[in-house]
Amino acid sequence: MTIRGEAFIAGAYEHPRREIPDRSVAQVHAEVALGALADAGLDMDDVDAYFCASDAPGIGPMSMAEYLGLRLSHVDTTETGGSSYIVHVGHAAEAIAAGTCSVALITLAGLPRAARKRGGSRGAGFFLATPEGSFEAPYGHTTVGMYALAARRHMHEFGTTSEQLAHVKVAASHHAQFNPHALLRNVVTVDEVVESPLVADPLHRLDCCVVTDGGGALVVVSPDVAHELPRRGVKVLGHGEAVKHTSGGRPDLTYTGAVSSGPRAFAEAGITPADIDYASIYDSFTITVLETIEDLGFCEKGKGGTFVLDGALHAPDGRLPVNTDGGGLCNNHPTNRGGVTKVIEAVRQLRGEAAPEVQVPDCQLALAHGTGGSLGTRMASATLILGQEDS
Amino acid sequence: MTAAELPTPAPVPSPETEVFWDATAEGRLLLPRCRACGYTIWYPRAMCPSCASTDIEWVDASGRGFVYSFTVVRRGEGAYRESTPYVLAYVELEEGPRMLTNVVDCAPDGVRIGQPVEVAFHDTGEGHALPRFRPARAEDDDG
Repeated sequence: MTIRGEAFIAGAYEHPRREIPDRSVAQVHAEVALGALADAGLDMDDVDAYFCASDAPGIGPMSMAEYLGLRLSHVDTTETGGSSYIVHVGHAAEAIAAGTCSVALITLAGLPRAARKRGGSRGAGFFLATPEGSFEAPYGHTTVGMYALAARRHMHEFGTTSEQLAHVKVAASHHAQFNPHALLRNVVTVDEVVESPLVADPLHRLDCCVVTDGGGALVVVSPDVAHELPRRGVKVLGHGEAVKHTSGGRPDLTYTGAVSSGPRAFAEAGITPADIDYASIYDSFTITVLETIEDLGFCEKGKGGTFVLDGALHAPDGRLPVNTDGGGLCNNHPTNRGGVTKVIEAVRQLRGEAAPEVQVPDCQLALAHGTGGSLGTRMASATLILGQEDS
Repeated sequence: MTAAELPTPAPVPSPETEVFWDATAEGRLLLPRCRACGYTIWYPRAMCPSCASTDIEWVDASGRGFVYSFTVVRRGEGAYRESTPYVLAYVELEEGPRMLTNVVDCAPDGVRIGQPVEVAFHDTGEGHALPRFRPARAEDDDG
C-alpha cells in the first residue's frame, strides 16, 4: 500500500503563545485542536480519528478523547519522542487509505516553561524504569550532553567546526525576525553563537533550542473530504519512519535514523532530495540539523559543515531554505519536542502563507523531518514529503 | 573501590542485571556474551540483540578501553546540579561495546577522543559501585 496522494493535510495550527501559565495541558491540546479544525473548515464532530503522544494527559488517547468529546473509529498513540507527530501524519494517511477513518486530528501540547517556574522537572525515575536506565542515568547524562557527544564525534571524524554549527542558528534567527510569535526574534551572528556560554562542549547555549509552552495540531483528511473544503490543502506524498539504536552497545553517533526514513519517504513520493523546495528539519540542537541534512542526502556524509555555509539554509534564496518559522532554535519547541511545528511550517510554505520575507517562491515540494530521543544512540527519525494540493 | 568526587546515584538492579551489579562491589566489570554467536553485549540483558539467543554468559572485561566521544557538561541536572564541570563520555571497551560513563581523575578539559582509559569503581554506598574510567596509567607504571 502506498499513501501517495491518499490523504491531505487540510488544517494546521500553531498556538501563538510561548509562555502559558494560565492554562492546563489538556486545555492547550483543545485550543490547538480547535485552531486546526477551524483552519480546515471542519468541526470537532467531523473528527473520526485521533493521534497523540505522551504529552497528552492520561492514558493514550482516552482522556483527551473524552475531554474533546470525540467519537472515534481509529486511534494511534505512537510515541517516538519529537518525531511522533510526523509519524502520526504518515499513519493517519495509511489509516485513511485503508478506509478506517476520513478526518484525523493530531495534537501536541505542553507547558515546560510553566512547570519549570513551578520548580517541577522530570526526575531520574523515568530513566531508571527503562532497561538501559541504570547503565546511563547514574552518569549525569543530560539531553544536551548526549547531543554534545554526537557533535564532538562528528567534529572528530569530519572536521566539523563550532562555527559551521553556528550557521544553523544564524539561519534560524534570520527567519525568526519575521515571525511575530517567535520566542527569540533577534538576529545573531556566528561569533555570538560561539561566544555564548558552553552548556556541554562543544554545544553552546545558542546551539540549543528554546524551551516553550504551547503546541500545535494538524487535520489530515481523505481526498473526498479535501475536495469539499474551501481552503487549499497539502498533499501527502511520502512518509518514512525508522528507529535507530545502539545495536547492543555499538552506537555510531555520526548518523541518525534519517538514513533509513529519508529514502523510504523519497521512494514513496517518487522524488529525490534535489526536488525539495523547502525543508523543515528538526532542530533541537544545531548538530541535529547538520547530521540530518547529510543523512537525508542533501549533501555527502560528513560535508554538512560545508553545506550550511554561505546562507545555504536562508530563505528565500538559499540552496535549501530550512525552518523558515525560526524553528526550534528560535521560534518554538513546545513541550520540549517540536515535531508538529515542522509540519505546520511546511504546510504554510506550500500554501504560500509563510511570512512574506521567507516565503520560498513557487514552493511545490516540501519535506518535514522529525528526530526523537538521543541523536545517534537510541532514537526515532521520521520523514514526510508534502506537495501542493494539485501536485 | 574508591570514593568518588562525582555523585554516585544508585542503580536499580533487576533479576537480569543483579549479577553485573553484585560484581561491581568486588571491583569486577562483567560483560554479557552470547554463547550462540559470540557477541559481547552492552547494556546487560538476558537476550542477545544480535542473534536473539537467550544463551548468555558473563565474562570479565579487561577494564581497558579508549574514549569514543566525550563532553564536558557545564550545566548538570538532578544529583549532578552542583557537580559541574564533569566529563560524560562513551568509552569503547577492548571487548567492543561502547558504554556511557564518566572520565574521572583528570582535568575535564584534558580529555581527548582516542585517549586510553581504565575502569575505576566508585562505591554507591548501597552495595554496588559505578564503573567509571580514568586515564590509563603508562605501562611502566604498572605494578
